[in-house]
Amino acid sequence: MLDLTPDEWIAIRLSLKIAIVATIVALPFGIAVAWVLARKNFWGKTLIDGVVHLPLVLPPVVTGYLLLISFGRRGLIGAFLADHFGIVFSFRWTGAALACGIMGFPLLVRPIRLAIEAIDRRLEDAAATLGANRIWVFLTITLPLALPGLIAGFVLCFAKALGEFGATITFVANIPGETQTISAAIYTFTQIPGGDAAAGRLVLVAIVIALAALVASEWLAQRAGLRFHGE
Amino acid sequence: MLAVDVEKRLGEFSIAVRFETAAGVTALFGPSGAGKTTLVNMIAGLVAPDRGRIMLADAVLFDSAQRIDVPAHRRRIGYVFQEGRLFPHLSVAGNLDYGRRMCGLAPDRAKMARIVDLLDLGHLTDRRTGKLSGGERQRVAVGRALLMRPRLLLLDEPLASLDAARKREILPYLERLRDEVGIPMVYVSHHAGELRRIATSVVRLDAGHVAAMGGRELLDAADADAV
Repeated sequence: MLDLTPDEWIAIRLSLKIAIVATIVALPFGIAVAWVLARKNFWGKTLIDGVVHLPLVLPPVVTGYLLLISFGRRGLIGAFLADHFGIVFSFRWTGAALACGIMGFPLLVRPIRLAIEAIDRRLEDAAATLGANRIWVFLTITLPLALPGLIAGFVLCFAKALGEFGATITFVANIPGETQTISAAIYTFTQIPGGDAAAGRLVLVAIVIALAALVASEWLAQRAGLRFHGE
Repeated sequence: MLAVDVEKRLGEFSIAVRFETAAGVTALFGPSGAGKTTLVNMIAGLVAPDRGRIMLADAVLFDSAQRIDVPAHRRRIGYVFQEGRLFPHLSVAGNLDYGRRMCGLAPDRAKMARIVDLLDLGHLTDRRTGKLSGGERQRVAVGRALLMRPRLLLLDEPLASLDAARKREILPYLERLRDEVGIPMVYVSHHAGELRRIATSVVRLDAGHVAAMGGRELLDAADADAV
């Protein structure tokens, strides 16, 4: 069976930690952006939409480089956060999570946006006549009805974050135990003689995690769907 | 009770309506396209009039001169929509309880039991709304609107989506509502027969204007010259 070395376990745990943190932190921002794009019309909306989708079409290395010059130690934002809040991204796992969250962001926003657009707004009007203010309408009607989209977006973002390579390695390098995720570890093993067995093991792990995420999302989406169709 | 004096332009169509209602059931009667739904949406606060004033008892709900426009969620006006608009992610009980929760009212088992009993919903409360029949959906919608303890109940063609048998099934419940609950109602319909059973006074609308106001005799007149 799989006989993973402690180093490989570290890479796996680190990957999971980075992907989970990236997705959970991105989620509220993703919901907010999806709601604004689905419901509001304003000047510059196309631009916002474009910027959100940019990580999907840019070479990941470019995104990583942009992160490096803005969130790095000497970057404008990076220096500010480090000096005032003690938050450091460069060459830390938090930086990997930032890169993964940004790379997964378009995949998170899109299904949520589509789900919100598909909601019958007359239900929201009905909730308003029953005494719900806008925040309660959002929390008790919009969000639960968009749940299948939320699940889809969460899983896609998580999967992207788990496999992210280009932006992460450009921004925070490939430091074992700190920023070396499964992808980066596989890459490293393929570069050293005799690393094939280790790379193969990690490849299997990556396949297992990806499949598990897909099955879990399918199961969750079905349960959410059933709730609407009354079983 | 309810005093409405509003104007609204919607493209080519314009509404200019002025009427007052007493307690009981006021029928808003007229052909489709007369502006009935837009008018009740204005009373509910879902559509803003261009000009005018809406009063419910002593409370100003809308007044363009004073720039008052109480938002829908603070009007405490129950609204039964043509298509029910039950929340698909909540059970029947969750739907019934929604208005009470949102209005911050204390749970009232006696009131809940009375409405559930009045509308015969006892066997439905644990169900999801997706599996209800058309008649059941409308009864739940009526119950949901009543349980927020509204100051006024709006019913917009509540029977329009039902077949004749279902209509006969629901009408007795609405009559009981009128006779036992005592909340003033505005009942929108283009169907004179239905209104003859339920209405206590009638406002006839035509092409966005009030054509006549009075008692149920207006329904008979309308039937006579109905096309």
